Amino acid sequence: MIDGIIALYIFLLAGFTGYEVIGRVPAILHTPLMSGSNFVHGIVVVGAMIALFKADTPLEQAIGFIGVLLGAGNAMGGYVVTARMLEMFKSSGSKAKSGGHH
Amino acid sequence: MSFLNPVATKWLIDIAYFATAFLFIMGLKRMASPVTARSGIVWAGGGMLIATLVTFLAPSLGTELSSHLGTNMVLVVVAIAIGGGIAWVSGQRVAMTDMPQMIALYNGMGGGAAAAIAAVELYKGEEHTLVAGTLAVLGGLIGGVSFSGSGIAFGKLQGLIKKSYRFGGQQFVNMLILAGALVVGGLIATGTNTSMEAVTLFFVLALLLGLTMTLPIGGADMPVVISLYNALTGLAVAFEGFVTQNTAMIIAGTVVGSAGSLLTQLMAKAMNRSLGNVLFSGFGDTGGAATGPVTGSQKPIDASDAGVAMAFAQKVIIVPGYGMAVAQAQHKVWEMTQLLIDRGVTVKFAIHPVAGRMPGHMNVLLAEAGVPYDIIADLDEINAEFETADVALIIGANDVVNPVARNDKSSPIYGMPILNADKAKTCIVIKRGQGQGFSGIENALFYLDNTRLLYGDGQKAAAELIAAIKSVD
Repeated sequence: MIDGIIALYIFLLAGFTGYEVIGRVPAILHTPLMSGSNFVHGIVVVGAMIALFKADTPLEQAIGFIGVLLGAGNAMGGYVVTARMLEMFKSSGSKAKSGGHH
Repeated sequence: MSFLNPVATKWLIDIAYFATAFLFIMGLKRMASPVTARSGIVWAGGGMLIATLVTFLAPSLGTELSSHLGTNMVLVVVAIAIGGGIAWVSGQRVAMTDMPQMIALYNGMGGGAAAAIAAVELYKGEEHTLVAGTLAVLGGLIGGVSFSGSGIAFGKLQGLIKKSYRFGGQQFVNMLILAGALVVGGLIATGTNTSMEAVTLFFVLALLLGLTMTLPIGGADMPVVISLYNALTGLAVAFEGFVTQNTAMIIAGTVVGSAGSLLTQLMAKAMNRSLGNVLFSGFGDTGGAATGPVTGSQKPIDASDAGVAMAFAQKVIIVPGYGMAVAQAQHKVWEMTQLLIDRGVTVKFAIHPVAGRMPGHMNVLLAEAGVPYDIIADLDEINAEFETADVALIIGANDVVNPVARNDKSSPIYGMPILNADKAKTCIVIKRGQGQGFSGIENALFYLDNTRLLYGDGQKAAAELIAAIKSVD
């Protein structure tokens, strides 16, 4: 059981972690990073699964089903587009034909 | 259902969620540098896989299990297959130019999932502690707003919604809806009224608020709004994580909530807008037609002369804008760049924060064409270098190189940081016609003595430049 004060500590520390991890990031990575963090909150699919496991009535099952479907879409879509964007970031060192300097 | 005893199962789940939180944070950290970014998403993906598998294999996590557990487990598999399948296909197919609205769409799905968790919890009508009830309601409200708001953002950037709907007293109406949702939510959270009608009304109000908040905001400001909704979804996920007693959700949601808030601020700053301004002023697609006095004339140049000028230059700085991506000219531009590099010309790309549709978007588009990231520089790095450049080639960009932003106080873009392309010895502007930028402001750069205009479609003009450079020997 996570009670209120433990949860507050988690909120506090995780909040600072997020701020520090993203701080000083170059503008060139803003879009992929936003996409990456969008993927990370796709963890909501886990909560939706737990909610659907506990569903009793058809209404709860229907809402839980939609929740899992949306959460899975968030996680999968977020992963695919982030990976596609990051896949393209290459330095000139990794290219055969280029005049970039280091 | 579980193959281990309850204590061991609990341990397994806790350790798996701990590993997930660790992998998420490390993944995001790696994504913050271009050198390690590609492995970052793989780390985070591993975390997601672990959490999903463990949650599925150990459903005894829930204290009160449904008598429909078997059916529900099938439903989970079907829902993941449908949601994940659609997202996988759409994510593979989306063009890089359309990335911002796709992120909005996936983000909205996450918000909707958080709201759905709250809905299942609240429709049960069981007793909650005040803290759990309040967090469930807040997470539901934020998730609902993010869901419908992100949907509108997607519609606007995709061109499905062309108008910005505004009417007098709009802010007042929004406040009224928010107040209504908070009152109904308060009744639910305190257990005063947990009827189905109250819960339904609450979610209708939350979804409505997302619509009325987002509809008045113009397309140009959407990236900031998408980033804001991304942070909000994170927060909603964290709150629902507390409700479902799930540490991975609390940590991941909070990390995204704070990281996303910082990212939103950085983006707003890069676009020279304050967040309050974006949300409450409704600029974004109007600008204003104020036109300062512009003297001089536009002096044309043909492609062969422009090609020669670049071929014999020491240093060329290319300023790409969204117009280049629309014309699909980035591949040709990179081909031209390689020719120049082979001739010994130093070539750099100068990226304004709003060169694409959101900060960093242009970098993605150039990367897609094969441009290595170390010859791409952002505004702060490159601005001092224009003075030493022989040629600044501007392709598909307009407002971001308009010198009136520096000195004309009456201009709507006054104060916006610009790229100092006008400081280069020669400015060559590739332009389709004599039109104006998205803000409708006349560009003083086009009339300067050292500026030459190369009229034509971006892709065609780049091809002509390639031919011109090749013919120089």
